[in-house]
Parts: sequence; structure tokens; C-alpha cells
Amino acid sequence: MTDQHRAALSRRGFIAATVGIGLGGGPLLSACSSSSGGEGSGSSPVKLNALVQKQAGYSDVHVKAMTAAFTAANPNITVTVDSVPYEALHDKIVAAAPAGTYDVVLIDVIWPAEFASKGLVADITDKIPSAWKTEVLPGALNSGVYQDKFYGVPWLLDTKYFYANTAMLAKANVAPATLSTWPGVITAAKALKTQGVVKYPFLWSWSQAEAIICDFAALTASFGGTLFDPAGKPAFTTGGAVKALEFMKSTLDEGLTDPASMESLEDDVRKSMSAGTTAFGLNWTYMYAQSNDPKLSKEVGKIAISPVPDGGGGRISVNGSSALAITAGSKHRDAAWKYVEYLSSKPVQEQYIADSLPIWVASYQDPAVIKSAPNVVAAAKVQLANMTNRPEVPAYNAISQLLQVELQKALLGKKAPQQALNDAASAANKAIAQS
Amino acid sequence: MSIATESRSRSFGRLRSGPPRSRPRGRRRNADDYASIWIHLIALGVIAVALLPIVWMIIASISPPTELLARPLRWIPRDPDFSRYKDVFTGAADSPAGAFRRAMLNSLIVAAGTVTLSLVVGILGGYAFARLRFAGRRVTLLVFLSTYMLPPISLVIPLYLILVRLQLLDSVIGLIVVYSSFCTPFVLWTLSGYFAGIPVDLEEAARLDGCSRLGVLWRIILPLSKPGIFSAILFATLLCWDEFLYALIFTNSAHAKTIPVAIADFSAKFSTDFGLVCVGGLLAAIPPVVVALAFQRFVVSGLMAGAVKG
Amino acid sequence: MTVEGVSVARRKRWPDNRFAGLLLVPSAIVVFGVVAWPVARTLWLSLHKVESPLPTAPSTWVGLDNYTRALDDPNLWAAVGRTAYFTVTSTALELGLGILLALLMAQKLRAGWVLRVAVIIPWALPTIVNATMWRYVFNPQYGPLNALLTQAHLIDEYRSWLGSPFLALNMVMLSDVWKNTSVVAFFVLAGLQVIPGELHEAAQVDGAGAIRRFFAITLPLLRPIIAIVLVLRTIEAFKVFDIVYVMTRGGPANGTQTVSLFTYQSAFSDQHFGYGSALSVLIVVVIMALAVTYMKLLRIEESRTAA
Repeated sequence: MTDQHRAALSRRGFIAATVGIGLGGGPLLSACSSSSGGEGSGSSPVKLNALVQKQAGYSDVHVKAMTAAFTAANPNITVTVDSVPYEALHDKIVAAAPAGTYDVVLIDVIWPAEFASKGLVADITDKIPSAWKTEVLPGALNSGVYQDKFYGVPWLLDTKYFYANTAMLAKANVAPATLSTWPGVITAAKALKTQGVVKYPFLWSWSQAEAIICDFAALTASFGGTLFDPAGKPAFTTGGAVKALEFMKSTLDEGLTDPASMESLEDDVRKSMSAGTTAFGLNWTYMYAQSNDPKLSKEVGKIAISPVPDGGGGRISVNGSSALAITAGSKHRDAAWKYVEYLSSKPVQEQYIADSLPIWVASYQDPAVIKSAPNVVAAAKVQLANMTNRPEVPAYNAISQLLQVELQKALLGKKAPQQALNDAASAANKAIAQS
Repeated sequence: MSIATESRSRSFGRLRSGPPRSRPRGRRRNADDYASIWIHLIALGVIAVALLPIVWMIIASISPPTELLARPLRWIPRDPDFSRYKDVFTGAADSPAGAFRRAMLNSLIVAAGTVTLSLVVGILGGYAFARLRFAGRRVTLLVFLSTYMLPPISLVIPLYLILVRLQLLDSVIGLIVVYSSFCTPFVLWTLSGYFAGIPVDLEEAARLDGCSRLGVLWRIILPLSKPGIFSAILFATLLCWDEFLYALIFTNSAHAKTIPVAIADFSAKFSTDFGLVCVGGLLAAIPPVVVALAFQRFVVSGLMAGAVKG
Repeated sequence: MTVEGVSVARRKRWPDNRFAGLLLVPSAIVVFGVVAWPVARTLWLSLHKVESPLPTAPSTWVGLDNYTRALDDPNLWAAVGRTAYFTVTSTALELGLGILLALLMAQKLRAGWVLRVAVIIPWALPTIVNATMWRYVFNPQYGPLNALLTQAHLIDEYRSWLGSPFLALNMVMLSDVWKNTSVVAFFVLAGLQVIPGELHEAAQVDGAGAIRRFFAITLPLLRPIIAIVLVLRTIEAFKVFDIVYVMTRGGPANGTQTVSLFTYQSAFSDQHFGYGSALSVLIVVVIMALAVTYMKLLRIEESRTAA
């Protein structure tokens, strides 16, 4: 063996060794990190890690305060709370799952099916007190449910409301009472447009994002349709869903909807209404407070909140809540449950009522709660009892993506609405088969 | 003619050459001046294109949110609002704005650590690729480069597991380790190209005088390759400064969050204060601009050498 | 890159191979020590159907199924088409504008450093800030671009820039070009410095004008640099992710969905880890082909300079 050969081999050998260590270490890592849900006994100190969403509902400062109060009441449990923007939340939960980094995670209402079927979150059905079935708003309680099992406790309630600029309505002599049905809203919009009060009465969040599905789900339900049937198959090729899409398209065609809707997200709707360039919009709870903040809005006091108008199926909106879930990899499920139970308890939620509305039925009769945001609570009482969930299937993310694309194609005029929905349904069936 | 000596003997060269003083009078001079005016105007245009968006960001950073939404837009805000800068510099450490300060520090540490590590190993490896003939040299270089070309998303979960096991999750050291793994190939490639451009005779002369190979590297090659090293520093710094996905997934708290993550944290679920993002972006651009300005001369020759001799 | 005419005293001289090996070991540890297992796992995943990140989840061997499914997927090809358009157009623009910018920077300008500083700043801005800024600038309701154009009476009313698929792709591309042209300019500027002034003087004496000199002398001598920039920027453009993700998330109607975005959605958002890994491997194969082209072009350059 020549010098050269030997040296080449020794060099290659070292590199191979390095790679080998890396490769060998890999299976060891994965073997070590999978864990079964252990029990944390009451006496030994327990450290919990929680992952929540940044500045959503409860502010970071308030979550910290809640956690501090929990630790004070449970001295042997310490909780570290990390918060990330919404876009990163899903990715972080998935990336951290094999390592079991987190015990408690905040999950969006559209994730229980996906996470449960892939074994990322734990079944906590046996921990939910049966009293909750009557004490918690029913629309809220099913935010963390998949196949009749509970995987999360609702914590941040949210739904889309119908917002209208009362000053513009007054200018066009439109009575707010006519806005309880979609035909009434359209009439009002046409009046606003022809009288030159506003160029485009509507701005929607129809960008290619989950936002358009939220709008579509709400409109479909209020037109009496449903996105998926109880068997978990697409049902949006007939009925209310088709009416909803045709409604959306017609508002664009008649010049009632700002074409900018195709690239707008919820915050663009808020900004436009707060600037006085839009009369009507669908948006989440947060918009009410911000449109009445003089630092952020020029239309303070002029934006009214009400439930989604009726299109024949009722004043139904879409459930946009988030739930606290316990990860399947958590080694301290009991302690984690204590934390989750504490955060979602009535006293704690009512203490921070300004941030987010509670999940408890009784709260909505409480004068203090009503006083905190009378207009919002009045609308919430109705809307939170009338929410629809988006399809609860493991492949929801892929289905949402392709539905977003097809809806946009229809609204941009590239396809007829019925055709777009048919194409979406066949693609959705394929995605379900592949999942 | 080696690039190293070329670049040192000239500053940014002129394309339109011609003896500077012996310009004939009359028509020629007017044409030259005329052309010069045009060139300056074009340069001004380019500066405008490059800087107008930056100027807009500065305006937005001191505009109250309502003014940014106004139609027609006023270019100078009626009531300039410096509170965002105030928040960033004096805000509480756990507010998004205040956390930005720590993020700047984290980014600087991560960049410094990554660049140092990549340089140390890259100088050694680059010398090997440049000077030594060994079997499979080209293939080895290609294999190193291939790691630089991997889409980061495919490696996220295994890397996360590695960091957890090494207890390096949510730490600047963890980020340094990960970033070095894709900075090093780029440094190897740049430096090997640049080292190859240095005349071999200098090295051979030193070796005849009894210098060891490593001694040659230390005493001859490194001093002559300052431009290449500085350009590697610049590119590696920018790579770390800009990296988002790994920083997002591998950091949880202010201990380790870098600038891109801190800026992403400015966004609440639905609303973003664009002015605050501008503040973050402008402040974040300062260190790279400073580094780039200081090294711009070396950047040019460093790039060139890495390219041709590669 | 070879050591020529070796006639050096062999005192204390290690064999090249062993020494090279030793010099490369640190780099190998830093790079492969971190990346080897993740890469191996990706390759393994690409041959299986894996739908959960947990190692305890079921995984089925599917052989090359993921790869054939990928190559048969019309959505993937659509994404490839968009990425190809993005890559070719942005690289062409960056090259064209970069060369012109380099020529400009090579001129003798009063306070020329202002130009160099100005050109560096877009490059130094973090990508996500760049993307957020342009998204704001193009906003159809309150964006400054619309404000500028209407106040200058160039357009009648505010219009949408990111609201239709092809236009959105172009605007995202322009935002990327704005940030990256300066890199190209510096590459080319370095190349300009190598061109001996005597060539230009001789041509001038022969009566050639500036434009003729550019095409006859400068451009041919810049060929190697252009080839290198072309391949480098092509690789980067092919991998483009952050700017598209922040500006449009792939919309409208998938009009800006690039290959990287597609891979991210499959591999992470939809949790099709097996399929997503196959996509990643395919991406590496394509980029590797580009890199090998790059190295072949370099060897062409080496033989030219050696001659």
C-alpha cells in the first residue's frame, strides 16, 4: 500500500468515523427522546414548559402574572412559558414533539385532528369534569375535540363578527336594523356606493391564507351550508357553500367589494375600516378595541359590532378559538393538567376580562364582565353560541391550502365558482386518501 | 498577474482610461464634461433607487400608525413620534421592543462565534484545497459545498433533537454550532480560491529557508490573504445575521433569540406595527453596513480571487 | 491550483495526502459532525411514508414511490415553472443592472463613496425586513408606491400590485433584485479591475468609441465572472423562500409558490415527512447539477488563463 493510499484511507477513515458517530448517535437520540406520559407526584418539584402564542388574547405580561399566581398556589411546580408568533406556533410544536420539550402547548382550533391523529397531543377526555358540558359555552368546548375525544381545553375564544361604520350608514340613511341579513347588507352597500359615501363598501380578508377559509366557512354556514359532511368528506360542492362563493364573487363583480381584498389579511380590513375607507367588514374580536383607540384609528366610536348577518342558515360565524393541550411526550401530565385547569378557570379568565372573553356561560350574566365591553359582550353572547367549526380531519392543512387556491381562482375570475369547488373537492378527496 | 497584487496597486479603476492631463481643447473637453455630468446624474438616480425605500422606512419609523394609513399620504409626518425608538432603547427587557436590544447582542455573539469557528477551520481546510494535491480533492470540495445547498427545512427536526440532547437548545452556542456547519463550506471555498492566487514562489522561498508548512501558512499566506479573509468574514456575518428558520425553531427565550426572530416577535396575531419593524430593520442593518464599509475594498478583491481561481 | 515544479527540500515534509487529511479534519468535524445524521435521516425518510415527526410513529417502506409521485405531481411542476421564471428573470436583471452599476462605480466620481455606501445598504437589510417593507410599499390601500405614483399623476388611483398571480410574482422578484443587485455589482467590479487599462488605451487610439470597447473588450473578459455570478445567483434564486413567505405566502392563487415553499408546506405544514424529504433530495440534485456546471465553467477559465 503506497503512502498516498494509506493517507487517503486514514483521511477517509476519519471522516467516516465522524459520520459514523453522527449516524450512530442518531438512532440513540430518537430512542432516548420518546417517552410515555409519566405522572408527576405531588411532592417532588416539577418543571413544566409551556408554549403559547405571542400577544394573542392575553398579553405576555398577563400570562406571566397568571403563571406567577399559579406557582404561588402550587409551590412545587415551576412553569417556563415561551411565546412565539402564530406562524411559528405550528412549526415549533411539530419540531419539538420528538424531543418532548413542551408539556403544555396552545393549539389552534384547526389542529386537534392533525395533532391527535399523529400522536402529538394527549387525550384528556378523562380529565374534563362532566360539569363543564353545561358550564362552558358549548361552541367553545368543542374547540379541542376530535372524534369525540378531548385533546384541549378552550382558552382563547374568538370568532368573526360583522363590523359596520355607523357614520357612513347615517350619511346614506341606512337603518342599522336592516343589516341583520345578507340581502339587507347588500342593499345598504349599494346605497352607500351609489350615493358616493364610499367607493368600495366591503373589504374582506381573502388573501391566500387561512383567513379566506375563515370567511368562506362563516358565509357557508350563514347561507345554510357546510364545508364537510359528518362522514368527513367534502360537502362544499352543493348548497350553502356554492351560494357563499357566488355571493362573494358577485360582490366583486358589482364593485361592492374592494379588489384589494384578494391580498388583504384581517389587519388590512381593520386598518381600512379604521381609516374610513371601508364601510363593512368581517373580523375577529380584537378589531373592536383597536378601532376605538385614537392612536390607531380615525373612526373612533363609529365602528359597530354585531353578529354575522343571516343568509338563510342563521347568524353563524366561524370558530377561531385556541385551546391549551397537553403534549403526548409530557412527563408530568398531572401537573400540566393543573396548570391548564388554572389558566382556564373562571376567576382567572374574569380577572383579565379586558384581554379576552371567558369560556364560562355564567360569566356572560356577570355585570362586571358585561361592563368591561358591553357592545362586544352583547354580540359575543349571540355569536359564541352560533359558531361552526372548519373540517375536523387530519389532512385539514392540505385541504385548506388547496381550497384557498381554488377560491382565489374563482374570485379572480379564472374559473366559475362551481367548477372551482368541484376541483377543490376532488383534490381534497385525494389529499384525504393520501393522509 | 496575481489578483492580490493587482488590487492593492489600484483603487477602483477607471473604465474610460486616457491620459489625464494631455486632453486636447475644444470639442473633446466639452464631450468629456458632458458625459461626466450624465454619469453623475445617473449615479444620483441609482442612489435614489437604492435609498428611497430606506428613507421611507425612516419616515415610517417616526410616524404614528394613523398617519401611515392616510390618503393622500403626507411624506413628512405631522407629529413625529419617536416613542418606538424610545421603547427599543429603554423599554422593559420582556417587551418586544426591549427584547430587541438583547437580540442585537445575541446576533453579534452568534455572528462573531460562527465567523471565528468557520475561519479557523476554513483557513486550514482552504490551504489544503489550494496547495495540496490529494486524491479526490475536487469531489471532497463538492461534498462540502453540497451541505451548503441543502434546504434548511429538511434538517430541522433532526437538528432539533441533536441540540436537545447536547443541551444546546435555546442557546447562542447551539446556533453557533448549527450556523458553522453551513458557513464553513462557503469559507472553505472562498479561501481555497484566494490562497491559490498567491504566488507559489513566496512559499517555496520560505520553505527553502526552513519554514514548516504550517509556518508558511501563518507567516506568508495569511498576511497576504487579508482581503480574502475579510470577504469571508463579511459573507459569513451576513449569512448569520439574516438566518431566520433555524433561529426561529431553535430559540425560545430572550437568551438566544436573534434579530430576525425578535423582529418577527413584533407581530401580534393579526396586527403588526410597521413602524416598529422599520426601527428594528434599520438598527439591524447598521452593523452589517459598518462591516461592509470597512471591508469594501477587500470584498472586491476577495470576491474576484475566490471566483477565478476556485 | 497545483503546486508547480516541486523542487523543495524534503526536510520534515509530510506526505500531501496525510497533511491534507489532517488539515481537513477540523472542517469535517464542524460540518459533518452536525449534518451527517440529519442528512442520512432525510435520505431514509425519503424512502418511507412517514406522516408524524415522532420516531415511534409508524413508517412504511415505499422505495422510490415518493420520488415518482413528486415527478408526477403537476403542482410541483407548476412550482418548478414559477421558480424557473423567477430564477431566470431575476438573475438576468441582476446581471444586467449589476454590470451597469459596476461600470458606474468604476468611474471617477466626485464623492464616489456615497454611491458605494448607498449600494451596500439594501444588501445589509435583513431579508424579512426587506420583504415586510416591500409588502407595505405595494399595499393597495395605503402603500407609498401608490401614493407616490398618484401624487406624481402617473396613475389615476391606487391600484393593486400583489393581487394578481403573475404581477405578484414579478413584484416579489423586483424586491429581491433590489436587494441583491449590489452583490453582483461588486463581483463585476472586481472583474473590471483586472482588465488592463492598456487594452482600452490601445483601442481608443485606434478610434473605438466607449460602447464598441465595452462589447469588444470588456464583456468578453468578463465572461468568467458572468458565468460564476450566473450560477451563484441561480442557486440562490432557486432556493428562495423567506422573501416569498413574508410577502405573499405563495399567493395569490399559488402565483408565487416556489419550489422551496412547496417543499416547506409538504414537509412541515402537512407533515408529509417522507414526501417532503424526497422533494428536498430532488432540490439538492438540481442545485448540484448547477454547481457542477459552475465548476466545469471554472475549469474552462483555468485552461484559458493558463494558456
